[in-house]
Amino acid sequence: MTMTITRLTIIEALNQALRLELERDERVVMLGQDIGKNGGVFRVTDGLQAQFGENRVFDTPLAESGIIGTTIGMAINGLRPVAEIQFAGFMYVAMNQLVSQAARMRYRSAGLYSCPMVVRAPFGGGVRTPEMHSDSLEGVFLQTPGLKVVLPSTPYDAKGLLAAAIDDPDPVIFLENIKLYRSFKQDVPAERYTIPLGKAATIQEGHDLTIITYGAMVTVSQEAARQVSEQTGASIEIIDLRTIWPMDEEAIVASVSKTGRAAVVHEAPLAGGVGAEVVAVINENCLYSLLKPVARVGGYDTPFPTPGLEDHYLPTVPRLKAALLKTLED
Amino acid sequence: MHTDALETPYQLLDLDGRLTGSMPSGITDEQLRGWYRMMWLTRFFSNKIVALQRQGRATTWGPLQGQEASAVGMAAPLQPRDWVTGSYREAGAYMTKGLSIAALTYYTRGYATPRELTGEDTRCLPLQIVIATQTLHAVGLAMASKIRNAGEVVVGGCGDGATSEGDFNEALNFAGVFKAPVVMVVVNNGWAISTPRSKQSAAARLAYRGAGFGVPARLVDGNDLLAVFEVVREAVDRARAGDGPTLVETVTYRLGAHTTADDPTRYRSKEEIAYWEVRDPIKRIRQFLFDRNLLDETEDKHLVEEAEAEVARQVEIAHNHATPGPDGFFDHVYQELTPRLQRQRDEFQQLNLGAK
Repeated sequence: MTMTITRLTIIEALNQALRLELERDERVVMLGQDIGKNGGVFRVTDGLQAQFGENRVFDTPLAESGIIGTTIGMAINGLRPVAEIQFAGFMYVAMNQLVSQAARMRYRSAGLYSCPMVVRAPFGGGVRTPEMHSDSLEGVFLQTPGLKVVLPSTPYDAKGLLAAAIDDPDPVIFLENIKLYRSFKQDVPAERYTIPLGKAATIQEGHDLTIITYGAMVTVSQEAARQVSEQTGASIEIIDLRTIWPMDEEAIVASVSKTGRAAVVHEAPLAGGVGAEVVAVINENCLYSLLKPVARVGGYDTPFPTPGLEDHYLPTVPRLKAALLKTLED
Repeated sequence: MHTDALETPYQLLDLDGRLTGSMPSGITDEQLRGWYRMMWLTRFFSNKIVALQRQGRATTWGPLQGQEASAVGMAAPLQPRDWVTGSYREAGAYMTKGLSIAALTYYTRGYATPRELTGEDTRCLPLQIVIATQTLHAVGLAMASKIRNAGEVVVGGCGDGATSEGDFNEALNFAGVFKAPVVMVVVNNGWAISTPRSKQSAAARLAYRGAGFGVPARLVDGNDLLAVFEVVREAVDRARAGDGPTLVETVTYRLGAHTTADDPTRYRSKEEIAYWEVRDPIKRIRQFLFDRNLLDETEDKHLVEEAEAEVARQVEIAHNHATPGPDGFFDHVYQELTPRLQRQRDEFQQLNLGAK
């Protein structure tokens, strides 16, 4: 079989993934605000309604809880709905439907009913979206059993993870970083493929320090690691979690046991977040391998700032570099 | 549609059980007796769970005494392929749809009802706890039916309090926009715990809400089994024919407390309860059946005793059914246990934390 490979942005890769799922499985439908003719405000669903019709890809009234609540009903009744929430910051409006309903339908019905559904939402800062559009709220979902939470950082992963998410028998929150949407292209096979949920990727091998990260902080981590390696000669491993729940604890523990030093990086606030969970996993499993305390670099514990201040809030290469250098000290 | 008037609840049986309009077509005598029996089953079941709760053998329960006509009437027009969603007070509708009393009773023991007790899927979503949430599920189920061209209709039940929630209004709105085959039944029992209907909305009728969403609405006497059945059946037929959703408000009364943890004497008058006791939905249909010679004293006595015995038998089944192991809360969180949940479950078992 010859593989056709094209260079795609994350947006284009997601669009391709959705198109392939709509083609292969008639149970797959898509709904959300402005996803039809308009193709979504970021164009992820561009052209899908034209190709598959309004019965499969449709706009909804402007109501987040309504979107998630009806998606639950559709998932129970034989469909594989993929809902788009226009910005993750608006998911709070639908929290009951996500947390108390979608996440618990299987549990409450002792397995009789389930919600094989995906909720896609753009998240993250750095592109001057208006207030309340940029929240990274994935940490909230660590406390909501029954959901899976996926955050791709590359076009290749975005396509394979979205196909896996739509295939998954349980509800999946699929968070797409806004800044990464069009920031770079990558070779992506035209064919359908899946990447298993719950598996991290080691995107750079090293033996002196492990960076555990995901989303937009992957590229920040790569650049900071490059500069620190150049400066100190340290060999740095980078793990992209890709799915934060369930978390690939095995990958974290194996790497940190090897390197003895670790930094966790994300743009969400630190308190009680993914980084805190990763540090706890390290403490429980490989504390005695540690040569230095684990560094935790993230958004500050403030509301996500108004656009004028967001660049100061988000972790940057210099800020991460400082943390890495400190962690590498003898 | 008989009338669009939303001022006076549509009625077919007056307080003395006399037919005031024309009998809905196509109802057999067997169906009538069956529904009457189902109303008794509903009442006995609810009362039994209250009694069990007092003995510490059931969790908190919301009695539905007084609402039997609404409960049975909203589900009686449905086919097996159709769906019902409801709150904890719609248990009678679930029974009418075919869910066993044993399955419902097991839930009141504090466990999700297992598949082997649920039996065949009767298409009743788990009784909803968070008010109004299920109305959106009802619309989603109906949207899927329409997308799949499956011909299934959904009855979405909720109470008067639910109409104040955003989800209820979003549900009606989605139902209208997508022309979903759903019948939204608001069982207006007058009270949301201690908050009277008048404090949920300044509108004289909750059914008015339909107009704002482009959804046809009906107002019906919720203690009149025949009227509820007829109105819901028409709405179900409309939905199945592709004509979209209907909002139905049934005006009834919660004769009992909000739950076993509630004391309604704190907020309701004896006079009000007396007013509604006269309107007891079981009394009314019973008189109708007697007047039409479909039931006599002996048959009725037998039917009522049998219904009570059946509830006792079903409760027995539920109480004899095995309970999940102490680590049962790990089941059905996901289709498959995640590695972490497997570890936590193993640790729980190794420490023997479930031992009595």
